[in-house]
Amino acid sequence: MEWLVFVPLAAMALITAVLVIVLRNPVYCALSLIGTFFALSGIYLLLQAQFIAVVQVIVYAGAIMVLFLFVVMLLDLGHELPAWLQRDRSRLLLGIGVIALLFIELAIPIGSRTSHGPQGPYTSELVGAVGNTQLVGRLLFTDFLIPFEITSIILLIAIIGAMVLARR
Amino acid sequence: MRGTMTGSVPLSAYLILSAVLFVIGVTGVLIRRNVLVIFMAIELMLNAVNLTFVAFSRFLHSMDGQIIVLFVMAVAAAEVVVGLAIIIALHRNKESLNVDEINLLKG
Repeated sequence: MEWLVFVPLAAMALITAVLVIVLRNPVYCALSLIGTFFALSGIYLLLQAQFIAVVQVIVYAGAIMVLFLFVVMLLDLGHELPAWLQRDRSRLLLGIGVIALLFIELAIPIGSRTSHGPQGPYTSELVGAVGNTQLVGRLLFTDFLIPFEITSIILLIAIIGAMVLARR
Repeated sequence: MRGTMTGSVPLSAYLILSAVLFVIGVTGVLIRRNVLVIFMAIELMLNAVNLTFVAFSRFLHSMDGQIIVLFVMAVAAAEVVVGLAIIIALHRNKESLNVDEINLLKG
């Protein structure tokens, strides 16, 4: 039953991800990436991470990609040649070699053994009973308080940095 | 796979999806010459890792993965902001956004 939801979402994520790197117009690439984010958000819902799914749509598709689209449209760049038509073919071949190696390296541990580890206390039933958002909030303000505060400083520094860098 | 019922999606399916998304992101960084599309491929890689974290969080019955994903998203947002500011500043000095031509620090 879960497969009925997983397969279309995974297919959408893969197809839009490939479109991101294949399409020549950067605006189309950004729109494809938004499609990937929505597909991933659906997969997070399937994994019972409701809070992360919503934050993914709000932050990634709603804020980061809007920023991307602003910059893409602000800097009107035009199109670039696809990789297989450019003059320097050796870079393309080297890239494909590295990518194939990387994929083999990633796929071997996944396929060769079962993944298991120390099981924590938050089973699906417990998370469903208490509420995913409530648990995330509880953990954020108790166990993960210091990273939470440091994140606020990171965001402040990013704002200041962006203002300094983009100023004339 | 240990700990899964028949008919539900096993952990390895999520991990393979995440690995393929990551590799697609790496492909984008290596093959594209437009700086903004390279940046988008980097975001794709970050999302692939997020998927791994959330999948493990569900299958190991832990909430740590989801908390980490939250921090990854915050850091990714900060990184995008600063990166785009750098790109805008770069564009101001040099009209083209082809990474092959941005080589002023070389040599």
